[in-house]
Amino acid sequence: METLGLVIAAAHISAAICLLNGLLTTFGQAKICAQAIESMARQPEAADSIRSTMFIGLAMAETSGIYGLLIAIIMLFANPLINILLNYI
Amino acid sequence: MGLDIKNYWVLNIFGFEVWITETIVNTWIIMLILIILAIIVRVKLRSFKDIPTGLQNIIEAAIEFFDNFATGTLGEKLSYITPWYFMVFAFILSSSLFSVFGLRAPTADFATTLTLALASFVLMLFMGFKHQKGRYLKTFFEPHPIFFPLNLIGELAKPVSLSFRLFGNMLSGTIILTLYYSLTPIFVQIGIPSLLHAVFDVVFGALQTYIFVIISLMYVRNAADQ
Repeated sequence: METLGLVIAAAHISAAICLLNGLLTTFGQAKICAQAIESMARQPEAADSIRSTMFIGLAMAETSGIYGLLIAIIMLFANPLINILLNYI
Repeated sequence: MGLDIKNYWVLNIFGFEVWITETIVNTWIIMLILIILAIIVRVKLRSFKDIPTGLQNIIEAAIEFFDNFATGTLGEKLSYITPWYFMVFAFILSSSLFSVFGLRAPTADFATTLTLALASFVLMLFMGFKHQKGRYLKTFFEPHPIFFPLNLIGELAKPVSLSFRLFGNMLSGTIILTLYYSLTPIFVQIGIPSLLHAVFDVVFGALQTYIFVIISLMYVRNAADQ
């Protein structure tokens, strides 16, 4: 029983660590937005194409954050390690 | 509204268990709404005039917006696959707007998004082979045959990232709203959640729909371009 509690606690802590990648994801998205706004201010006539490219870049940068969220969700709700442990006990 | 997907009933077809879940029922509702809308538009199409008024205005604006957007991304030659992506656009947008009513969006289930992404992937392969024929197979062995495993993984990662992006965004909205509804007392659940719904369902839903469609269109163009 103590081992199971340890595994569950470790899973929760690792889920919290997974969400920390939001730090870098947000940093990258902020950089994309800042650059896009700068170039839009410099060239207002190209604003439309810059905006659509910016959204694609934002989506690409967001993917890593989403992966972290999914790993956290798997850790919390569909953890495969707990089943292995239960079979082992 | 909960985190886990409810299961309504289990059908038994030739020894296989088919689970009719909340997602499937919600998908059927959305399909019904879209089909009824399409039939209404088809019936009204006979009375359309040169100078648009009322309903005709809305439909022409929507079709023209999407046509320009898809033709601008795909180019004139490939624009005949636009209707398929208009259907995908309408389905994803209406399913993310579906959770405004407190029901679970079908796109918050991985099965739905994986299906859509795999359909895009198959279409990408089909368009590549149709327009480039044998040369499309050659692009897997470029710049040198030793890169083949790397290219293969890069291609297979496309539907995975496409589906996980949409699923993760929709699921995070669902989780935040579920947490809000289950943690707060009843008197703050009137009025205030509309702000959260506006951000997580309407704005993020529309943005993710746009991104899903534009990235699929770019994959198709890259595969079919000479």
